[in-house]
Amino acid sequence: MFNALRAAIDEEMERDPTVFVLGEDVGHYGGSYKVTKDLYKKYGELRLLDTPIAENSFTGMAIGAAMTGLRPIVEGMNMGFLLLAFNQIANNAGMLRYTSGGNFKIPIVIRGPGGVGRQLGAEHSQRLEAYFQAVPGLKIVACSTPYNAKGLLKSAIRDPNPVLFFEHVLLYNLKEDLPEEEYLLPLNKAEIVRSGEDVTILTYSRMRHHVLQAVKTLEKEGYDPEVIDLISLKPLDFETIGASIRKTHRVLIVEECMKTGGIGAELSASIMERYFDELDAPVIRLSSQDIPTPYNGTLENLTIVQPPQIVAAVQKLVQGQV
Amino acid sequence: MVQERSLPSLSIPQTTITREQGLMLYEDMVLGRIFEDKCAEMYYRGRMFGFVHLYTGQEAVSTGVIKAMRPDDYVCSTYRDHVHALSAGVPAREVMAELFGKATGCSKGRGGSMHLFSAKHHLLGGFAFVAEGIPVATGAAFQTMYRRQVMGDAKADQVTACFFGDGASNNGQFFECLNMAALWKLPILFVVENNKWAIGMAHERASSETEIYKKAKVFGMVGEEVDGMDVLAVRTVAEAAIARARAGEGPTLIEALTYRFRGHSLADPDELRSKEEKEFWLKRDPIKKLGAYLVEQELATNEDLRAIEQKVQAIVDDAVAFAEESPEPKPEELYDYIFAEE
Ligand SMILES: Cc1ncc(C[n+]2csc(CCOP(=O)(O)OP(=O)(O)O)c2C)c(N)n1
Ligand SMILES: [Mg+2]
Repeated sequence: MFNALRAAIDEEMERDPTVFVLGEDVGHYGGSYKVTKDLYKKYGELRLLDTPIAENSFTGMAIGAAMTGLRPIVEGMNMGFLLLAFNQIANNAGMLRYTSGGNFKIPIVIRGPGGVGRQLGAEHSQRLEAYFQAVPGLKIVACSTPYNAKGLLKSAIRDPNPVLFFEHVLLYNLKEDLPEEEYLLPLNKAEIVRSGEDVTILTYSRMRHHVLQAVKTLEKEGYDPEVIDLISLKPLDFETIGASIRKTHRVLIVEECMKTGGIGAELSASIMERYFDELDAPVIRLSSQDIPTPYNGTLENLTIVQPPQIVAAVQKLVQGQV
Repeated sequence: MVQERSLPSLSIPQTTITREQGLMLYEDMVLGRIFEDKCAEMYYRGRMFGFVHLYTGQEAVSTGVIKAMRPDDYVCSTYRDHVHALSAGVPAREVMAELFGKATGCSKGRGGSMHLFSAKHHLLGGFAFVAEGIPVATGAAFQTMYRRQVMGDAKADQVTACFFGDGASNNGQFFECLNMAALWKLPILFVVENNKWAIGMAHERASSETEIYKKAKVFGMVGEEVDGMDVLAVRTVAEAAIARARAGEGPTLIEALTYRFRGHSLADPDELRSKEEKEFWLKRDPIKKLGAYLVEQELATNEDLRAIEQKVQAIVDDAVAFAEESPEPKPEELYDYIFAEE
């Protein structure tokens, strides 16, 4: 997947001289996950700008550059470090267009590795989408395959608005053959990964793969779930979600972020508001635990949702046991 | 007598200004003064709301720097931004209407006093959080350098002026951006308006090194201390810094020693600052100082100055009438400006 992301950046930089990347070790070092490897050789040090370790300031700098007509891509070496840039992301990337009464556009992409990795410890295993989702004016996208990573990142770079773009540390090594020809994917469309009749499973990022593992088991047992990868965490694609619920009448949410105030919390509340009459069962949420991600491998596995839990939840939902 | 830091007298001879320049500077400062006085009146009459921070007393800094710049240069301010906006050319009508929350305001009534913006006048904001404008201004300066060096645009020689207070100079974003601006030789002026106070926090209680301009040195940057009550001194220092920035020679940190003649905001009882201190600074009123200089140098007569004051009074009265008559933003436009379409 890192190559797909790299190709997206390369193509967009080739196409538009106002596109540039900034962040820690994005130039000479090539990015901590190799997403910008060697691009500085092609585009120079100003377009692959190695910054000092000053997240709030270089993010603010990117916002200023975006307001004045450039298209910066900020790489968070780890998305968690962008907690240091929360003010610039929330107040200025998110809200400035509105508070300025439309005076300024902020075409910026803030991207990088997020999510729970393998025993990286709590600070490097954050679930930040929950923190950022309340900020008005931000679009939040989570990619999950090399194919969608490339098409979505290209669209994010071309979007005239601030886009928070979550990659997942454990998905960088996914491999997939990509089309030769150029393609873009819409930022506001969920992806129907598997269509089915029994239950709508809403998921995103790495949990899509846990869901698909569970689906293999469920298929053998004769279940027919519909799997939707949200892609856009904000705004949510209720067109796709609603159509699915009208078909299955049951919803399971599988997410990596925390249950309290998470993406699933927002989804579940919105589904209740919009589709209450369509539901045959309460919406079920499988989220990660409301604790700092523990270092110990066993505890870490207990913290995030595992495929057997998904299997069990679908069985219960479809059998009407909830 | 309070112990005041001695105000630097300019070692460089003051550039002689023409009558036109002198009157232009005078008018801009008077506009800042009368506009803010009117704001206080309108606030107490319930026409504007929220936190309103007036600039009264500091006019020489805004005028001295911004009027030495070109209209296509960039200006970045704080929550104390009305007068920077006016100096940058945003019409008084649009600023007043914004303070009234009207649809005709420069931020369409969405921003308010602390969020003034004008893309047309290259006013980047209006930043209500202390120091958060510094990175944004640094980004605008980076953009200019990028256009010139990466995109080969020879016309990209705009300079950015970034204004903030003594309090902000203790924030990390200040140090981080000085470092980056010096590192990449960005065309920017960091203008600290040291008015001795950050709300109720006296500068010497907040900063281990009170002479802020000295902090430039560790970044290999030029640091200048200037009498912020003397518009000609500010202008002279700014002109040199602007010339350096435009020539690609990098940023300058300017510390202007100044004072606000009113409380921190219109909600501030202003109980901590001593009478002696206030008197010391009130005697140095920058508008009176320039007026006296213009008359003494026979660049203007007292009648010329009175005529300017009357002209400005009319502009401000017109701005209030405009703001009063302007429509409120439409409720159905509540969601406008969240996202850009193209
Ligand atoms: C991040 C942040 N913290 C605190 C405040 C509250 N606050 C507003 S102005 C101010 C003092 C700033 O002083 P200074 O930088 O010297 O500017 P001045 O008001 O004197 O122009 C404070 C603490 C704020 N607006 N933003
Ligand atoms: Mg101050």
